[in-house]
Amino acid sequence: MNIGYYPGCALHGSSDDYEESLRACLNTLDVQLQEIDEWICCGATAAHSLNQKLSTALPARNLALAERGGFGEMLAPCPMCSMQLIKAQRALAENEGLRREMSGIVELEVRGTTRVLNLIQVFEQIGLDRLKAALKSPLKSLSAACYYGCLLTRPPDVVEFDDCEQPRSMEAILTALGAKTVDWSYRTECCGGGMTLASEETVLDLSHKILSNAAAHGANCLVVACPMCHVNLDMKQPDIEHRYGVRHGMVIYYLSDVVGMALGLPESALGINRHFVGKA
Amino acid sequence: MAAQMDIAPNRLIRLLQLGREREALNAQSIWQCVSCQTCATRCPKSVNCAGIMDALRQLSMEEGRVSPAQRRVMLFQKAFLDNIRRNGRLDELELIVQFKLAGFMHDRRFSLLFKDATLAPKLNKRKKLHLRGKKVRDRAVLRRIFARSMDHS
Repeated sequence: MNIGYYPGCALHGSSDDYEESLRACLNTLDVQLQEIDEWICCGATAAHSLNQKLSTALPARNLALAERGGFGEMLAPCPMCSMQLIKAQRALAENEGLRREMSGIVELEVRGTTRVLNLIQVFEQIGLDRLKAALKSPLKSLSAACYYGCLLTRPPDVVEFDDCEQPRSMEAILTALGAKTVDWSYRTECCGGGMTLASEETVLDLSHKILSNAAAHGANCLVVACPMCHVNLDMKQPDIEHRYGVRHGMVIYYLSDVVGMALGLPESALGINRHFVGKA
Repeated sequence: MAAQMDIAPNRLIRLLQLGREREALNAQSIWQCVSCQTCATRCPKSVNCAGIMDALRQLSMEEGRVSPAQRRVMLFQKAFLDNIRRNGRLDELELIVQFKLAGFMHDRRFSLLFKDATLAPKLNKRKKLHLRGKKVRDRAVLRRIFARSMDHS
């Protein structure tokens, strides 16, 4: 399987352990990622907060580049990027005037024909049967709290993925690979996202609640599919523990980490040794 | 998130319905908002509260109404956009330096200026510290895209 790949800034920055993980994992499953040449930042919260037109133009440029590369489908492993890209793609596909305006702004013809996928959807396309067939070491020791955060399922009319209040897609993958998953209350609460620098207290407060709720429901790890969730729950975990005087010691895996482990890949090949919180 | 806000999203919408835009634009909550889309997703009347938050943020910045307590958030978003405009992709270290300096010029708090300095060696140990972000080759096009998008005429 060949698929277009939009890494986004985080996966080429301090969250490159996520890229290391998903590349190793998907490679084992014979999925070839083809990076979109000259991709640019999606604009993230900064663009949609400060300039609406820019928050369509930046994703539109990337969609145009993907179309030029001939990609019908493109993986965007960061939910912030994928939501922004899908929002622009849908608006462009529905509105000829917008297509003309944006093609002018971004200096490339854009039609809005590339389908943007999150990481869970790529595993779904590979298929649970194929994952089970490739299973080498079942994840028996995991009691995982699958954490979706905000933008994997929201806004539901934009991303049209899973159930926005009771998603089950990650649980389905983990269960197929032999892990136990816990029922808990904070699966779609927000961790504070990109506010890590701008408003640290917000992030520490929200993330502390998420970690506490997962532990209270018997989880021994959290599984995420978002670089920002990982930063806030893993890298900021020592700060959370310091601020609230508690010890969480909660291991935070990317979804591709646990799938990779189940496929028999060593932790070092998945970049797990580069996380902040290690196994107790 | 609404629990921490001075004026929750539903009440912001009500202020706008009543024509009290100024109170809405002065609210802390429009900058406390983490854009998690929960309000828009759960609104029983399908009001796009999160989209309205975006519009309020843009207006409050353009009209210079951002409350001093929330100015840091706005400065962060501005530094982020400026970084992309110049590099095409985010250069994390540059963003941190830019934001810290802008924040310091705003409130002169040394504690915040140096707060995350101890993180650098920890990131470096995990090979997560990249001294230079990878830039795109054609950066001139970014400046043109920004100029066209910012042009209100």
